Amino acid sequence: MTRSLVERIIERALFLSAALSIFVTAGIIAVLLTETLAFLAEIPIMEFLFGTVWTPLFADQHFGVLPLVTGTIVVSAIAMAVALPGGLLVAIYLAEYARPGVRRTLKPVLELLAGVPTVVYGYFALLFVTPLLQRFIPDLAGFNALGPGIVMGIMILPLVSSLSEDALGAVPNGLREGAFALGATRLQTSLLVVVPAAFSGISAAAILAVSRAIGETMIVAIAAGQQPRLTANPLVPIETMTAYIVQVSMGDTPAGTLEYRTIFAVGMLLFLATFALNLVSNWLRERFREEYV
Amino acid sequence: MTSRYHADRAFAVLGLLGLLAALAALAALLLDVIADGAPHLSWQFLTSYPSRFAASAGILPAILGTFYVIVLTALMAVPVGVAAAVYLEEYGAQGRLGRIIEINIANLAGVPSIVYGLLGLGLFVRALSLGRSVVAGAATLALLVLPVVILATREALRAVPKTLREGSYALGATKWQTTQLQVLPAALPGILTGIILALSRAIGETAPLIIVGAVAYVRFVPDSLWSPFTVLPIQIFNWVSRPQAGFAANAAAGILVLLVMLLLMNGAAIFVRDRYQRRRAA
Repeated sequence: MTRSLVERIIERALFLSAALSIFVTAGIIAVLLTETLAFLAEIPIMEFLFGTVWTPLFADQHFGVLPLVTGTIVVSAIAMAVALPGGLLVAIYLAEYARPGVRRTLKPVLELLAGVPTVVYGYFALLFVTPLLQRFIPDLAGFNALGPGIVMGIMILPLVSSLSEDALGAVPNGLREGAFALGATRLQTSLLVVVPAAFSGISAAAILAVSRAIGETMIVAIAAGQQPRLTANPLVPIETMTAYIVQVSMGDTPAGTLEYRTIFAVGMLLFLATFALNLVSNWLRERFREEYV
Repeated sequence: MTSRYHADRAFAVLGLLGLLAALAALAALLLDVIADGAPHLSWQFLTSYPSRFAASAGILPAILGTFYVIVLTALMAVPVGVAAAVYLEEYGAQGRLGRIIEINIANLAGVPSIVYGLLGLGLFVRALSLGRSVVAGAATLALLVLPVVILATREALRAVPKTLREGSYALGATKWQTTQLQVLPAALPGILTGIILALSRAIGETAPLIIVGAVAYVRFVPDSLWSPFTVLPIQIFNWVSRPQAGFAANAAAGILVLLVMLLLMNGAAIFVRDRYQRRRAA
């Protein structure tokens, strides 16, 4: 009798721990929503979403978030241009070509890239990659989108390669053997049979990578500058949504002011974007799992 | 006829080159930091307080701050995370609620760390009035690593063979007795590895702690849970942001210390896993 009571109490306690995760999500939404609504009570939502000037910290205040959005998009696009082709190439090599010994030794080293703290990548982008790029592109400013974008791509590459490799590995061998039997080379098999078969898994990886790039903070806070600017030019200083939040937090902005609330409004935008991307990515991965595993 | 074989060979070389390029980037990063930072590493650097003068500045408050924050983070995140994982894996949250919890945890793992910073600012610093303190920072990081701990623990639990549970049930053990006496001990090395990796992620986190209000210039060692604090990544960020060259060298030296910490933690994780695998093989 007491035994079953203990059992039930323990099960309750374990359940509460699991349910806590729901409260975390609820907490995030509640905090962001409260401050964002207070912000939108003063600034019309259309002005916030579609305004082209962002100067909340200046005397002449404007609250158009588009410059921060374009800054985020430019850096993320550069990061994706590095991480997606690079990650997929590495994944195909590791899954379809590399000998087991090569794979066992090189893969953990590659994953080290994902474990390096982002503040270290920021240092690398500002003091190594940007000066290096300036030798080839004299017009490149000290703070810019290109250097941090490339470094962010290198950081995200292991995520893409590791998830894509899992997806490729889950494709049944029968498909490969069928292609080989028809006389296809390894490359033809990989590109025409295995990659298409793993497509939803690979897209899940790509979308997750985009979400990671949008939310990445320290690399851009250190190396991309603090100048919200509506431009697609990767050579000039810009500011991303995340870098803006850091910039305000480094200063002495008192709670309850409009400037303080801007970081929650920007954070809300960031949360919604990454949340939507993560949902799509999870959905694609589920679908892939149903297909093969 | 032969061109597609050439393409095949060429692709193999390209793939290897791509992989090596990524590794070369890692090597460049490490060499750059070592070249900049190693000359500045000294006992004095490790045991001094920050200073306006680059040459005499040190990282003592940052190292101790990092240590306090991580220990507190572990104390908060590990019990809850492991309990949640045990529930989801062993008790099997059934029905809609279970499904919602699963999706929710997967999504939380993908929320940018800076958003956790905003949560910590709104919830711990303001609503709960913990202020810009060690405990507010640790609570924020605890929420951040919670999904990681849960996912890693579930993986470890899943690796425990079903027969172990069935044997225990056959002897008349209850669900919790089976979990506590059979499953958890068997999964312990995997759980420990996961926890160490989750905490090593927390050690490198900068953005959420900036938002929660860790201060960059701390001339004292935190002496209570409510004391202001700084951590190593924030000290590094502060030094990188200064234009004078001397501080960049400080940042590089700080990065070396941070990387050594991470290396030790990852080494510990690999050691635990290796020992376990050998024991299982034996």
